[in-house]
Amino acid sequence: MNVRRSIVVSLLALLATSGAQAGVLPEDRADILYHLYDGGGVEIDGPSVLVRKQVGKSTSIVANYYIDMVSSASIDVITTASPYKEERKQWSLGMDYLRGNTTMSVNYTSSVESDFDATTYSFAVSQDMFGDLTTLTLTYALGDDIVGNSSDPTFKRENDRQHYGVGLTQILTRNLIAALNFETITDEGFLNNPYRSVRYADAGSALGYSYEPELYPNTRTSNAIGLRAKYYLPYRAAIEGEYRFFTDTWGIDGNTASLSYIHPMGPWTFTAKYRYHDQTGADFFSDIFSRSEATNFRGRDKELSPLTSSTFKLAASYEFIGGAEGWRFIKKASVNASIDFLSVDYHEFKDLSTSAGFPNEPLYVLEADVFQLFFSFWY
Amino acid sequence: MNSKVIGRILLPLILLASLSACSNIEPWVKPYERDRLADPIMALDMHPVSSSYIQHVYEAREGARGGEGGAGGGCGCN
Repeated sequence: MNVRRSIVVSLLALLATSGAQAGVLPEDRADILYHLYDGGGVEIDGPSVLVRKQVGKSTSIVANYYIDMVSSASIDVITTASPYKEERKQWSLGMDYLRGNTTMSVNYTSSVESDFDATTYSFAVSQDMFGDLTTLTLTYALGDDIVGNSSDPTFKRENDRQHYGVGLTQILTRNLIAALNFETITDEGFLNNPYRSVRYADAGSALGYSYEPELYPNTRTSNAIGLRAKYYLPYRAAIEGEYRFFTDTWGIDGNTASLSYIHPMGPWTFTAKYRYHDQTGADFFSDIFSRSEATNFRGRDKELSPLTSSTFKLAASYEFIGGAEGWRFIKKASVNASIDFLSVDYHEFKDLSTSAGFPNEPLYVLEADVFQLFFSFWY
Repeated sequence: MNSKVIGRILLPLILLASLSACSNIEPWVKPYERDRLADPIMALDMHPVSSSYIQHVYEAREGARGGEGGAGGGCGCN
């Protein structure tokens, strides 16, 4: 861990002292978004407001306020608990400082729920090099989570997260840009969900099984490498491909790929995207254990099951302020709407809400729609 | 193991970064040839507010995470 930290710190120092050409700060823009997730008995909606503004010649400030209003009667909840409503509020404040070709960024994020607080501090250094064809970015983030339990006010557990990232963005030709990202995340602390249970075979129970609390390992380290490339087509349109490989110490290996097509038409921009994700399950996942406390660690979270998910997205943007003149201090503005049709097939997690009794329950399938509507302003 | 893997990946990057101090490499795409790359449709993250939201949706419903840029905290995943 210390070796890793010292490598990251020395790289940050190296980048901070090198280069003295001209980089650019992110554009000034504000976004007001409404999001709605609806599927699997869960409805989550709320706003997200993101504002970015340059201050002086070399500093840009960014702030975000985000709310999830959750109304849940999910498969986990209806089989072992009671439906609930709750709210998650998240805000973040960040700053980018540009010096020559180097951009240094800091960000603070706080997320608060009735039973889960997450605080994240992140730092990044980005360096443009080789005539601005290449951008190297190093990121480090430190997260402190406090896990509570709504039925036990004295319950409080901690989780420390560390994120290490390296990103390389490369202009390859006048029509092609690519980015390679590598990220390691380590967790240490209370990683399971205090409300979730596993089931085990129990001949003494009328159902044929009983429940006991899940128990996860106290550590997790994951590595992900992602490659994306975007190509400008001979007519004015773009195509983007993305692939990510994921592996972690819990035994989950995942492959994610997506393909997008972006087509502008006058003031309109249309996007269609297909995303595919496939993963193996965690070593300690089982839909049903052979007996109580059958293994040292045990989980039945559907996210840890082997699964395949696919998403089809359609999005449209309409630019209602634009051109050379803009309107007052606004240079450009657009209204954007999108819908994602998400479908997840679980290969081992079974649906206990059906009338089929043990052990003939069907595998669970999640179908969800994710809707977004947002206004964007550039100034 | 992880330190070794990271070392293997970071070492070439350190050398790459060191080279930037003496950047004599001729950019093969000239600044005046970047008009298409400057088109908003070519931005790798066209709408950050939307992409960070949808990334959160996936992280709460799949076992994988990271490798796609920054992410927020919190769960909202029951």
